[in-house]
Amino acid sequence: MSNFALIATLLMLMALAYHLGLTRSRAVASSRDVRLHSRPGYYGTLVALWCGLPALVIFLLWSFLAPQLIDTLVTGQLPPELVSGLGDREMQTLMRRISALADGRGVAGGGSPEELAAASHMARLQTLENIALIAVMAVLAVAGLVLARRRISPTWRARNQVERVITFALAASSAVAILTTVGIVLSMLGEALRFFSFIHPADFFFGTVWNPRFSTAGSSGQGEFGLLPLLWGTLMVSAIALLVAIPVGLMTAIYMSEYASPWLRSIAKPIIEILAGIPTIVYGFFALTVIGPFLSMLGDLVGINIRTTSAMTAGIAMGIMIIPFVSSLSDDIITQVPKSLRDGALGLGATKSETIRQVVLPAALPGIVGAFLLAASRAIGETMIVVLAAGNNPVLHANPFEAVSTITVTIVNQLTGDMDFASPQSLVAFALGLTLFVITLGLNVIALVVVRKYRQQYE
Amino acid sequence: MDTSTHSSASSSANSESTNARERAPSGAMSSVSVGNGENRVSKATDKVKLKAEGVNVFYGDTQAINGIDLDIYENEVLAFIGPSGCGKSTFLRCLNRMNDTIDICRVEGKITLDERDIYAPDRDVVLLRAQVGIVFQKPNPFPKSIYENIAYGPRLHGLAKRKAELDDIVESSLRRAGLWDEVKDRLDKPGTGLSGGQQQRLCIARTVAVSPDVILMDEPCSALDPIATAKVEQLIDELSESYTIVMVTHNMQQAARVADRTAFFHMGDLAEVDTTDNIFTNPQDQRTHDYITGRFG
Amino acid sequence: MSLTIEQRRQHRLETIEKSLSKRHRKENTFRRLGLVAVLTGLTLVAILFASILSKGVPAFWQATLYTEVTFDPDVIDIAPKPERQEGETQYAYDERMTQWLTQAGLVNWQSLIDASLEQALGEEVEPRQLRDLRALVASGERYALRDRFTEDPSLLGETVSLKMLASADVDVWVKGNIDRDLPDARLQLSPQSRAWVDVLQEQDVLRQSFSTSLFMNTDSRSSLASAGLAGAFMGSLFMMMVVISLSVPLGVSSAIYLEEFAPKNRLTDLIEININNLAAVPSIVFGLLGASIFIGYLRLPLSAPLVGGLVLTLMTLPTIIIATRASLRSIPPSIRQAALGIGASRVQTVFHHVLPLALPGILTGSILGVAQALGETAPLLLIGMNAFVANVPGSPMDQSTALPVQIYLWQGNELRNFFEARTSAAIIVLLGLMLSLNALAIWLRKKFETRW
Repeated sequence: MSNFALIATLLMLMALAYHLGLTRSRAVASSRDVRLHSRPGYYGTLVALWCGLPALVIFLLWSFLAPQLIDTLVTGQLPPELVSGLGDREMQTLMRRISALADGRGVAGGGSPEELAAASHMARLQTLENIALIAVMAVLAVAGLVLARRRISPTWRARNQVERVITFALAASSAVAILTTVGIVLSMLGEALRFFSFIHPADFFFGTVWNPRFSTAGSSGQGEFGLLPLLWGTLMVSAIALLVAIPVGLMTAIYMSEYASPWLRSIAKPIIEILAGIPTIVYGFFALTVIGPFLSMLGDLVGINIRTTSAMTAGIAMGIMIIPFVSSLSDDIITQVPKSLRDGALGLGATKSETIRQVVLPAALPGIVGAFLLAASRAIGETMIVVLAAGNNPVLHANPFEAVSTITVTIVNQLTGDMDFASPQSLVAFALGLTLFVITLGLNVIALVVVRKYRQQYE
Repeated sequence: MDTSTHSSASSSANSESTNARERAPSGAMSSVSVGNGENRVSKATDKVKLKAEGVNVFYGDTQAINGIDLDIYENEVLAFIGPSGCGKSTFLRCLNRMNDTIDICRVEGKITLDERDIYAPDRDVVLLRAQVGIVFQKPNPFPKSIYENIAYGPRLHGLAKRKAELDDIVESSLRRAGLWDEVKDRLDKPGTGLSGGQQQRLCIARTVAVSPDVILMDEPCSALDPIATAKVEQLIDELSESYTIVMVTHNMQQAARVADRTAFFHMGDLAEVDTTDNIFTNPQDQRTHDYITGRFG
Repeated sequence: MSLTIEQRRQHRLETIEKSLSKRHRKENTFRRLGLVAVLTGLTLVAILFASILSKGVPAFWQATLYTEVTFDPDVIDIAPKPERQEGETQYAYDERMTQWLTQAGLVNWQSLIDASLEQALGEEVEPRQLRDLRALVASGERYALRDRFTEDPSLLGETVSLKMLASADVDVWVKGNIDRDLPDARLQLSPQSRAWVDVLQEQDVLRQSFSTSLFMNTDSRSSLASAGLAGAFMGSLFMMMVVISLSVPLGVSSAIYLEEFAPKNRLTDLIEININNLAAVPSIVFGLLGASIFIGYLRLPLSAPLVGGLVLTLMTLPTIIIATRASLRSIPPSIRQAALGIGASRVQTVFHHVLPLALPGILTGSILGVAQALGETAPLLLIGMNAFVANVPGSPMDQSTALPVQIYLWQGNELRNFFEARTSAAIIVLLGLMLSLNALAIWLRKKFETRW
């Protein structure tokens, strides 16, 4: 029986269980002429849950564990001469051939006698496993159904139990977010530690040369993994981005909230917010095909040679990307400054711009700083724009018109192509990722604290 | 008292008659007010400081103020009373064009300050607001130090050339607001850290620091406790020596305590304006009578 | 020392009047700066869209050859297509079919194309010029011809009118995307080929036709002109299915739990902070998570939309949770109190009363989250989705790429003057999808907007 049919059967059984629970509870209620604790639907649901849930849990565990168990059993049975001297990858191929033979798909060349023997062994095991699974699930489902149905009585608090299951399921889903964070931290830490077993942390964090060489299988041709050139590039591109985004974004927010007519606001605001929804790969392409050539043309005009891909190109594109982010955050924060403060300044005879610059902005400053920090964190973690437009040149230099490389670019470079989780060339991506994670996390936490403090001030 | 011969403001304020000037509560004529029986002396002069003629205010399509005519005399304390939503605050805000900050608000008619139209196209609203200051219902000190709060206006307008001058203005404004002794040791502390009553007096001091001719007060005590209210009321009385004060209040006793004259607003109309005594003891308008006797409002 | 109030007032009036014009100038400058900022934003949007549209829209039309092709029996000299016989196993039949297909693959299909072009040109082409001739047609067309025949062997001996894609070089030349004054060696087409292009254009054999290949084909390395988005589109579709079926239920349930059920204690505070931070974690970090956990530890296949979908699910989850919570929070407590007041349990209150009211907000947030996931590139690069895949994936476990990744791959193609337009066209498709999702979200919000 295929898994699909199995689950479908189980679902039908659950429907039946629901119906049985429903009718049973109605019968109980009418025969004894008492009020049930819960409405009949809850009894039906509860019986269905008793019928379905245990079987489902077993099914999930089983499908996770059984194939591995079978593989182990089959591998153990393989004649030693077939297995000896096989590497990891060849072993995988062999197992794939055996399982293809076992489920009747066949392989090119028909397979050797040993393979065929192993395959029939595997097929037997699989049949056995399948029958066992069906049996166990059937027993659990029927037992759950019968027991639960028998328990139906007016005093059984079915609704509370159903609701407890629902609440538990809801709580379990919110654990996913936690698990994600734990997963991120653990996987990064684990792989980064493996990287640090090759390279001393000090050489990584304080190294000024980035030259990882090629990862060649077997030989540990160790290169130099200095973080500083990448960090420097990241900061340079982000700084340019912020220099573009903060003035434009902040002034846009101010103009929109304080000066613009409702008409202009209703048109311009959504248009500028479109910028926030555009995928970063599009900005990367835009940087590469429009901004880069434009800068290079400007360079020609004043007689300096500007490369198409440079920190400046990437920074400007990233700045454009962050404009709506800065402006909508600042807008929120500026509109939170109470109107009474504005009135106070205006009532003294301040002009609008004096009110904004001398009263509104200072009052909103913590919140705005928080917004800038969030923008900075976003710039630092941005990947595609820099991959396309920064030029990938991991060297320490101070010229924004030169190509640079960033942490994110290097993660992509080191981890695309052949993935080999044993070489420092790949593992360094996780050390870089960890660094990136810590930097952005720090910025976010500070920003959130600042913004929250600011909100409380005016609530 | 010849004031009793005048029935309502709207009938007489249009005409530049001598009647209107006689009605002005100059000096001795209306020196006794009712309220809690305190005596207060009006410092009002005969000079018309602010004059409203046929003022209509619209919010979008809704008319909030219907053709109000009103004279406000120099150095008098004039109170606006009336049920909530009657337009008294709206009218007050017209007097220094604070309504300009509301997009949908439109003002018709003529308001003059020292016989100059304040809504004239060449009239600068910055200058107007320096002449006609305003204190709001809720104390709104800037999130700056006490000193900076007071110094903001003078600095803004470039009124002090030297630090010493500025210090002088800050001190005298705080003294005038009766706050100096309470805060002189902590001028560099944030103004938001003061108590509600102190904050409101700080805001009054902030307004005084620009030396306006007129101070508008929009329910200045509604957010304050009785003791703080008493202090602010006393302050208003002292300020009326050199400032024209127009205040909105929802509290009739307060009007009775501090105002020389009281104007009663009802549904966007100016129902009646007269000396405070007359309004409370002998109202000419049925609506005023109903309101002060507690029939509505 | 102290001035009288009158003196002060006089002094004040004069001082202010003197400084007024300067202050108003400053005011105007400030206001203009704001306006400039707004206009800058608007201009940037305009430039961005103009540049992409102007490059991409022409790529929806492609140089195409309308010719007559004869399925010449002399050239197609193979056995008839095998049919399944009684008692034959599937395996044996497949074997015979494979043999026949191999045979068919060995037929010189290109010569049929050559012949049809010769006919269109009205001249014999010498063998040494065949290279120039073949440079005109997309090299994938011979396989298209083969597939057409293997599907319908009755075409043998027939002459049919066919649309064949011209090669990428021809497309570039015809559209003028190359500077015609460049030296010969850099013109991509030989002088002979260029002459033929002119002839074919004159005879209306070569004209622009809507590029169905862009939508129907998968990526191609050998026949650049026929590279299409079908594979990437299906990959993205599978990923979005995974994202929708996982992140929406998970996100909505955890938001309901946190907003309606969770006790307010340090643990929930922690979860809250955690979710806020997760929303701001760079997307590439999720890619690393996927590479390490899903690929490295769980040994899920590389380049599979399932894995991509899982990574994007984790990435989208915080967005959906935050949007759902905001939407739940906007339901006034009075609704809950009313339901609880007549004896509903908390679960009933939430599911019968609060959730239906919050649904528009939840939908909007979910759609925006999915749209964001649709445009995400970086994490997919780390789980191998940038591999070259020549087949349309049939399931979420097959190798595949995704729309944004296809854009990334195409922009890096060496045939710049062809692929810049092709990339822009792909961007237009992607943006079109994302904008329609956003428009859907806005429409839903407008339609169900409730004011409290």
